[in-house]
Amino acid sequence: MKAFIGFIIKEFRHIFRDYRTMVILFGMPFVQILIFGFAITTDIKDANIAILDQSHDQETRQIIQKLVSSGYFKLASSIKNENEIPEVFKQGNIKLVVIFEKNFASNLEKDHKANIQLLADASDPNTAKLLTSYASNIISDYQREMYRELRLPYQLNPEVKMLYNEEMKSVYMFVPGIITILLMLISAMMTSISIAREKELGTMEILLASPLKPLQIIIGKVIPYVFISFMIAIIILTLGVTVFGMPIIGSLALLLTESLLFIIMALSLGIFISTVSKTQQVAMMISMFALMLPTILLSGFIFPIENMPLPLQLFSNLMPPRWFIIIIKDIMLKGSGIEYIWKETLILVGFAVLFIFLSLKKFKIRLA
Amino acid sequence: MQSNENVIVVKNLVKKFGSFIANDHLNFEVKKGEIFGFLGANGAGKTTAIRILCGLSKPTSGEIHVAGYDAYTQTEFIKRNIGYMSQKFSLYEDLTVKENIAFYGGIYGLPKKQIEERMQLLFDRIELHHAKNKLIRDIPLGWRQKLAFMVSIFHNPAIVFLDEPTGGVDPITRRQFWDLIYEASHKGITIFVTTHYMDEAEYCNRVSIMVDGKIMALDTPAGLKQQFEAQSMNDVFLKLARNAKNSE
Repeated sequence: MKAFIGFIIKEFRHIFRDYRTMVILFGMPFVQILIFGFAITTDIKDANIAILDQSHDQETRQIIQKLVSSGYFKLASSIKNENEIPEVFKQGNIKLVVIFEKNFASNLEKDHKANIQLLADASDPNTAKLLTSYASNIISDYQREMYRELRLPYQLNPEVKMLYNEEMKSVYMFVPGIITILLMLISAMMTSISIAREKELGTMEILLASPLKPLQIIIGKVIPYVFISFMIAIIILTLGVTVFGMPIIGSLALLLTESLLFIIMALSLGIFISTVSKTQQVAMMISMFALMLPTILLSGFIFPIENMPLPLQLFSNLMPPRWFIIIIKDIMLKGSGIEYIWKETLILVGFAVLFIFLSLKKFKIRLA
Repeated sequence: MQSNENVIVVKNLVKKFGSFIANDHLNFEVKKGEIFGFLGANGAGKTTAIRILCGLSKPTSGEIHVAGYDAYTQTEFIKRNIGYMSQKFSLYEDLTVKENIAFYGGIYGLPKKQIEERMQLLFDRIELHHAKNKLIRDIPLGWRQKLAFMVSIFHNPAIVFLDEPTGGVDPITRRQFWDLIYEASHKGITIFVTTHYMDEAEYCNRVSIMVDGKIMALDTPAGLKQQFEAQSMNDVFLKLARNAKNSE
């Protein structure tokens, strides 16, 4: 046992002496959270729009007023005729043009029908979709207010409420995403590299020829990373809650336990990677390309899984992060207990067992 | 300081990887305190045999005892009683000299006080007091190699296995390295060493030469030279290894 503790102390020394990696490890959560939180926000705020008002009447003025006062849009320019539209988009800062037809108010009066055209710059399709849907919502709101006193014989009023994230904040999506990615990165990549390093330097042979048991060596290598990964998970959660107001509705203990489970799963994956790679470089390449990219792209963090082609949807089932993201979101946003997420939890346990089993098998072959 | 007590006994050791026979019926004994040279071209099967003797790998068949323990069932005990220094450098570059020694002492279960005492003796012997708090990566290669050897016998093992310990080291340091080996042998530690330097083979008490997984010769350096009518160990080695199939 004393030998084992000495081993863990040695591991911590390796980690803490590598300043560059330390800075990256502990700096990354901050940088990522801040970048995703402030820079890469998909929320719409003060988007520049242009108006082509060919009518200039009471109605159009009120609609424009309503659009601008929503806080989503900022009136950047008013244009006089349709020829100017291509020019406006080409300048690039205007993402949406709202066009009112001629005689808007009188058409509305006479025919009970008037047209508004929304032109969006769809070179960025997500933003375009968001802008047009925000604008049409505001316009239909206006219409409903207009005829409030007028009772139509039939009325269909869909009332939309965004549950669990009423303000559609994107932090709610990226905090779970970043925790997942960083835990995966640190746990799987760092352990696989650190085990591969012992192999590469030849110290693994020395350790194996010593009274330390192989299992002690592996567990000793892994424990420091469990500790560090757990710290990082807590840092990200704290940042998410304090800086961005992300709620933790469910049980914090459950959230941390699930995080620990995910860390252990990722570590066993890291051990498995190290059993198949001879050098640090190989371990890093495998972790980067075989792990990071699919984790980011296929876990549902950035691209919704429902929109993927079927083969990719099926493939995404094999991505452990996918399940962990569901777990975190459910606990933090919906306050779900274990009775709702036991399936995802079992899947993670299954992955962990699988990777440990494969590593042990590989390890035995090597020793035989 | 040789005695008549055998610390390594190998009878008909066979190791197969699939259909490839890496060790083909090896037979030898090594005595306590002996410096035993284990020679052979690359690919002759030396490393395979050493790994078995160190308990890192299981033999296919044969009867093997190391430090009195069985290589099939008692590898745990074997590991406690041997030291091992591999051809790859084996100290941690990002730890200091003291930390490395304390770590290796610790994994062999030495008490703190004993580690401290032996460490002082070690620094005295290889004149390393000034560098004890330096990182390994900051001290010269020759010193690292000597230190690695001292670390491999730090826990006073019955046998130390040295797998090409002097690769890439200058002649003066090699000489000093062999002085350390002699001292260890005088203390009764058995030295089991592989090398590609034939002058080093001359320093051994006895030498075995492996070719294609078999031991083709085993005797004192003088005896081998006589047997093969050769001037030097180099000639002996060339005469034997010339007909090898598996060498690189």
